[in-house]
This record gives sequence, structure tokens and C-alpha cells, in this order.
Amino acid sequence: MQRIGVFVCWCGSNIAGTVDVHAVAEALKNEPGVVFSTDYQYMCSEAGQKIIKDAVAEHRLTGVVVCSCSPRMHEATFRKTAQAAGLNPYMVEIANIREQCSWIHKDMPEGTEKAIILGKAAIAKVNLNVPLQAGESPVTKRALVIGGGIAGIQTALDIADAGFEVDIVEKEPTIGGKMAQLDKTFPTLDCAACILTPKMVDAAQHEKITIYSYSEVEEVKGFVGNFDVKIKKKARYVKPELCTGCGLCTEKCPQKKVPNQFNLGMDNRRAIYIPFAQAVPKIATIDADYCTMLKTGKCGVCSKVCTAKAIDYTQKDEYVQEKYGAIVVATGFNPIKPDKFGEYSYNKSKDVVTSLEYERLMNAAGPTAGTLLRPSDGKHPHTIVFVQCVGSRDTRSCGKEYCSKICCMYTAKHAMLTREKYPDTEVYVFYIDVRTPGKGFDEFYRRAVEKYGVHYIKGMVGKVTPQGDQLLVQASDLIAGEQMTINADMVVLATAIEPDKSARPLATMLTASMDTNDFFTEAHPKLRPVESPTAGVFLSGVCQGPKDIPETVAQAGAAAGKVIGLLCKDKLLGNPCVASSDEMLCNGCSSCEKVCPYGAITYSDKEFRIAGKTVVRRVASVNPAVCQGCGACTVACPSGAMDLKGFSNRQIMSEVDAICK
Amino acid sequence: MQRAEMIKAKILELMQNKTVDRAIGWKRGEFFYDNSPAVFETPEELEDFVYDSFCGANLSKYLVKEAKKDGKVLVCIKPCDSYSLNQLLTEHRVDRSKIYVLGIGCDGMLDIELIRAKGIKGITAVKDDGETLTVDTVYGERTLPRSEAILGRCTVCKGGKHVIFDELVCADEEKEARGDRFEKVSELEAMTDDERFAFWRSELSKCIRCNACRNACPACTCEKCVFDNDASGYASKANSDTFEENMFHIIRAFHVAGRCTDCGECSRVCPEKIPLHLLNRKFIKDINELYGEYQAGETDNGRSPVTNFTKTDAEPSVIYERGGKN
Repeated sequence: MQRIGVFVCWCGSNIAGTVDVHAVAEALKNEPGVVFSTDYQYMCSEAGQKIIKDAVAEHRLTGVVVCSCSPRMHEATFRKTAQAAGLNPYMVEIANIREQCSWIHKDMPEGTEKAIILGKAAIAKVNLNVPLQAGESPVTKRALVIGGGIAGIQTALDIADAGFEVDIVEKEPTIGGKMAQLDKTFPTLDCAACILTPKMVDAAQHEKITIYSYSEVEEVKGFVGNFDVKIKKKARYVKPELCTGCGLCTEKCPQKKVPNQFNLGMDNRRAIYIPFAQAVPKIATIDADYCTMLKTGKCGVCSKVCTAKAIDYTQKDEYVQEKYGAIVVATGFNPIKPDKFGEYSYNKSKDVVTSLEYERLMNAAGPTAGTLLRPSDGKHPHTIVFVQCVGSRDTRSCGKEYCSKICCMYTAKHAMLTREKYPDTEVYVFYIDVRTPGKGFDEFYRRAVEKYGVHYIKGMVGKVTPQGDQLLVQASDLIAGEQMTINADMVVLATAIEPDKSARPLATMLTASMDTNDFFTEAHPKLRPVESPTAGVFLSGVCQGPKDIPETVAQAGAAAGKVIGLLCKDKLLGNPCVASSDEMLCNGCSSCEKVCPYGAITYSDKEFRIAGKTVVRRVASVNPAVCQGCGACTVACPSGAMDLKGFSNRQIMSEVDAICK
Repeated sequence: MQRAEMIKAKILELMQNKTVDRAIGWKRGEFFYDNSPAVFETPEELEDFVYDSFCGANLSKYLVKEAKKDGKVLVCIKPCDSYSLNQLLTEHRVDRSKIYVLGIGCDGMLDIELIRAKGIKGITAVKDDGETLTVDTVYGERTLPRSEAILGRCTVCKGGKHVIFDELVCADEEKEARGDRFEKVSELEAMTDDERFAFWRSELSKCIRCNACRNACPACTCEKCVFDNDASGYASKANSDTFEENMFHIIRAFHVAGRCTDCGECSRVCPEKIPLHLLNRKFIKDINELYGEYQAGETDNGRSPVTNFTKTDAEPSVIYERGGKN
């Protein structure tokens, strides 16, 4: 029989305002196992905790029930208190009489009655509690960063600077990500390449960083501190150790008609290519979809011109198996394709471009070498219309409900730079709202309007119609309350951004959760913003939600900080509230294995001595280091062999019984 | 009779050439209509083998124990039983390498009670030509159409296909499925809550807790049934009052949900003729409607929708939306 102490907290007037705390303490005195019951103003305070410690000693308590706020708030506090008093911390149960009672009731008798019932349930549970011991597992002191954009690079650099090994896996032939495609960056207008490329070089040269470019994560096993990851190094048909990046092959390759992804298909590259001049690693890659040699076996020009003998048409995908203590997801984003928005005629006219395409048209390394020319006829545009929120804040099925966050600022940047370089160009921006919360952001936007004379018009564009060599833009001006038409030379669409398509299958591999938009979910939106709910998996950059470069870099550093904090430890203390299988009851049916989202359950044939005979049976076992204690297996098990420590079926049923009595 | 002889000859051949060490089939019980499952260890024992229109028992469950013994065991499997066997293989309850599956044909089994219900008494034998039954009685011969004496579970048939076998004897794989298995379920769904509650209270009140349904059910193969496990907290629940007694069947239906192949053994073996299979069929119907068609035991590695997650899964709110019709 347990000797249980009950401690009812007033939480100032938070609880005591709607619950008669004295009555609760009095009523719970008579419950089975209870030998002491009291109430106090703030149980979590030093004085409150002392009441608990003293009572444990004086009344030789074996279990503690605290009727207070949510266990999310102070369960850890009271467990430590119990531990300090010499009890096992898992002999403490919290009855949540604040969030689940006083805050949702107005009537004192009603609130008091419910608080008593909740207290009884917690007491019923503690009567069945047993001391639990957390297990330990070692930590592999190496981190994996998935994605080599600015988020991944920054996270990797910060972790590596703390002295830990880091591997970056990037699916493209070079790191750099979207930032490498940008021209200038708001609000300071410094050149993206000038601030990014030194970081790319730092990452490449860092002795603690290994870059797996043109590679993908194939399989993830294990758990926090002990991930086992299989990385696929896709065949690039070039030996990286020999290629000097001279680029001769990329000039001599006869296959000239390959759309250049780096410039979003606005110009062509060769079948063997280096994505851009500052690529890291600066190694050529053969595009197997276009290479004549790989497709027909006839050509071999690149191999002939390569003085380093780096070309290898027989190269195959390679697999690397590596162990990691922590994984950072930095898979980034892509702008959505505006094809489904027929009203903007993106598919009908070359002069309707996305903002990222416009970025390339402004860039010195872009298809027009930095001179703003219309894609259709190469003429200089004199009237440009920018349309914001294309697909953002759009509740239609083709759009995204969320705000993409970066479009207001980059559109202001585009408008300003266009006016700066080409003052003879009229620039219109159509917007729903202009959102500029950020350091120096509003000043930046005001400068576009006031200094550069950009025409900001509140309202949306209804239709863009190609007309001759121009685009007829029909729109509404909500402030003037009138319809307007503009004959534009170019239309630029600020398309919504969405998580990279590789994120969803990756989330499945990592058992990390995602929201309905495929952004990774953080462990807590305010208090744990860079951790995923899966232990050991961290989030960096836009994969978690839309954000600009400064925010991304800040978050990347924060994620690195969390990783460093983890890798500093030699051992991790597990959560003892994990599932375990009663082997004598287990049928070996695999139901639990199928529902386990963490891959924590394995099966093996085991020998049992039953009634003097040796019987071999297939039974489940749980890896306590991987199990997160979700309990899915306990309800899937048809024979009740699976149970969750600290939340056993019997404990839960006794709580239910106590409530229903 | 010819069919039984061919099957027996095949089993004998497999025993003699050492392909199998023993066989599970049926042998005659006390009366001609109560053929019972039996294990035949030797060719001599096999003399007692029978297979006729009174061999309703699904033999797949016997493999759970028999396949654990040394040697290889042959099992006679009718088309509908093959689903149960596949489900047992899915759940690793039977080692595939230890069994030899002899797929045999079936025309639908007969129910002696239905013949008796025609007022026919003193029955000594039933001859079955596939169309007409000729019943020998101590009062002379009577005939009736075969269709009027079909065993309840065979009025709905999955067809002649064996979803698993090593060898087929006298099987008609092309035989088509028949019957609407959800007809009665739909009727129950159309009832008001009170009517439905009354229906089940009435039916389940007949239960004598003989456990025949549980013992015959191929999905009920737990090492230790929760109802026999004092620590489970359910063992005593089912006896405390008449309603909790009824809970036995409801809990059992939940336990086999997504795993029940709808073989109908539960209702066939019930001495009180409770239509237990309707509970299972309600689950099957709901699973089909909420998660898409699923037949447990279709393959030997199936994954029931209730132990699977997909993005298109029904939201929990369907429970509210689909709640009783009042």
C-alpha cells in the first residue's frame, strides 16, 4: 500500500478563485492510500516545495499527488522536489486543476467538484505507480546537416567551429542553395554572392566539415545520439578527386541545348556543367538526361578534352553509411509554379516572369549578363508591373493559405533597383498589404515609394492579357475605388514559396512531423522553435516556415547551438516512460511493429522453458532508447502484451474508474 | 464421394513420398452430420478421412499448434479458409515452411438444422447430388432443393479461388462469389439506436459463455486471451453484470477488427445461434467505407487499415458524423 501525500495549490487566485482548495484537500484526505493532505498558496515556490519535502520525511510518503497547473508546466519541478526528498521522481502525479478546471469553470461548487474528481484520478494512478529508472545511451559526436543552402552552411559552420565533425548532404552538384541565385539582398542591398560565397568556401575548407554534394539521404535508422544514416552519392560521371574545375569540358560539350536550371531555364548550358562560377565543390557534373555519350555511347568529347582524366562514364551511384548524434534539416524551399494561376498568363507570355526569374535577369551572371531585357524580344522594358501575393494568402486549392513573408521586401528591392538603374521605367506594385516588420524594413519600403517613386497600388491584378508586344494588366485600385488598366512591358509575379519536395519523404524517414503545408513542425512554436518533436532532429531555415536570410541565419545558429549542446554530452538519459512487451503474452503478430512511428520495436525468435519444454516463440522487444512513449503499440496489441511504463493500461483504467465512480 | 476419395488418395501419396508427415482433415463424428477436425498421422488413420457437405470447420487455426511440432503438416483448405490461413501467416502465427496447403473445392456446406426445420425427422443419411438433397429417414426417403439447406455462412461466398495453396485437388478456382454480405448489417444500421440496442441485447443475452466462438475463430490465437488474464483487468469485467457479459462479444469484435476475414466460424459454432458474424461484418463494412476496400487475408503480408496511417485516412470526427440514426 502506498503512503500518498496530496498537495493542493492555490496558484494565487488562478485556482483558488474558482476552486475551494481547502475543500479539495479535505475531500482527498479520505481516498485510499492518502495519509496527508494540505493546500498552499504557491506549491511551486521554495516554501511550497519545502512543504512537500517535509511531508515526505514526516509521513514517510511513498507517493505524491500535486493538484496544480498542467504537468507541462511544473511536473519536472515537482519530480525534482520528490527526488530531493529521497523519492523516485516517477512517484509524482499531477492533477491538472488549473487549465482543465479552474480556468474553464466560473462556478465555485462545480469547479471544486471537478477538482476533487481529478485529484481522485491522480491518487488512483499513484496507487499503481512503481519507481522507474531512466536508461542511458552514448552520443556519437558527429552531426548531419541535410541541405546545403545558407541555413545548412551556417549551421554546419557553427557546429564545426565548436569542434564537432559535420557532414553536409546537398542534392544539387553545389552548395549555396537559393541564396546563390539571388542578386542583391534586402534591406542593405549587398550582393548575395559577395556575402554567401565566402561562407561556401569556409565550409569547403573547414577541416571538420565534409560536403556530400549531389547526394541524398537514403535511409535513417536509430535515435537521438545514435542515428545510422545511408547517403546516396549520385553518379556525376566525373571523378571528384581528379577534376580541377577548369571548365574546358563545359565549353567543348557539343550538347548545347540543355535548359540551365541555375537561370531557371532562361538560357542553356551544356550536358556537362558547373552550375555557376563560384560553385563549391567546383567539379563538373554530367547531366545523364542529356549526355549523348551516356544515352547512345557515341561522343566522348569531354573525356577527350579533359587533361585531368577525370571523366568516368561508368561511374555508379555510391552509398555511404555514417553514424550521427544529431540531424539538422535545412531542406529549404522553392517558389511555386504559377501555371495554375491562368489569370496571370504566365504560360502564355515570356514577359510574365516570377520574381526569382527577375532576380536572374538583374544578375550579372544571369542570362542577360545583368542588363534588364525582356525575355521575349530582348528589348528594354519601360513599364513593369509587380504582382504580390501570387499564391500566398490564397485559400483556393492552387494557392497557399500562409504569407510567404519575404515577397513584400524583395518586391520593394526589385522595384527600387529597377528605378535606380533605369529611371525611365515606370514601376507599379500591386499589393494586398505591405508587410515590413523587420529591422530597417519599413524604412526600406518607404524609400522605394518616396525616393524612387515606385507606384504602390493597394489592390489585386485581375487579369493579364498579352496584347501585341505588350501585356494588358487589368487591376483594381482599392483606395481610389476604381478599375484600372496598364499597358505593361513586363509583369513580375511574387510567387508563394513552398517547402522543397524532398522534405516530405525525408520527414517520413526521420519520423519528424510536418504541418499540412509540409513545413516541419517545431517541438514548441515559442519555446522550442528549432527542435523537431523527434529527439535529435533539429530544424534550420525555411523548411520550418517562411523566413528571410537574417532570420534563417539566426535560426541556423540557434539550431547549431542545440546540436552543440547535445553533442557535448557523453551520455543521454532516456525517458523511462517507454513501452515494454510481456514476452509471455506476446503472440509475435507484428501489429505493434507496424504502428510504431519510431521503428522502436523489433522481433526475434526466443527460446522459452514452458512446463519443462523448450519452446521457440517470436516475440517483440522495445528499444527503450528509441521509444518515445507514444503508446500506439499498447492499443494495437490484441493480447495486451504491450504496456507503457508510467502509463500502464491498469493505471489508466484505474484513473477512469476513479472519475466514473 | 468421388471427391473425398481423390483428396484422400492425394494425401496418402504425399504421406508415402514423405512430402508431409501428417495431415489435418475431417473425420466422422458420432453422427454423419457432425464431421470433426482430425489429425491423421498414418496411412491407416487416414482410412477415417471424410469430406462431404458437412465439413464446415475451418482447419487453418489448428496449424497454430500443429505446425509447431516436428515435421511437415498437410492441411485441407477450402477457398474461404485460405483467407484465414493467409491472415495467420501475416501475423506470423504459422511457419509457412512447416505446412503443405492442399486447396480443395467446396460447393457450400449444409446445415442439418435447416433440414430438420422442414419437419424431417429421424434422419439417417443425406445424399447430395449438387442440386437436390435426398434425405434417408427411418420413415422413408424425402427430397428437398439443396439451396434450402445451405449453411448460413455459405449463403455468402467469396468464390472458388484459393488465395494460398501448394497444390489443388478438385478445386473450381473460377467459381463466382455470391451473396451480399452487408445486407443484414445495412438493416441494423437503418434501425434506431434503441431498436439496435434491443436487438443486440436480445441476441447476446442468449450467450452461455461457452467460448466456442473464441476457440473456433482463426483470428483469436493469443497466447493468453485477455479474458483469461487476471492482470488485464477485463477477466472479471465480463461477469459482473449482464451488460458487461455482453461486452465479451463487443471486445472480441474489436480485437479481431481489421484481421477478421469473415469466415463465419463464430456464428457456425455458436450453440445459441447468435449471429456474431454481424458484429465483424459491421467493422468490415466501416473499414471498407472509411479506408477503402480491404479484405483481410487476401495476401500473406497484408496491412490492415487500422494499423496503418495514410494522409487520406478518415478523421476522428467521422465517429460523430456517422453516429447513430435517431
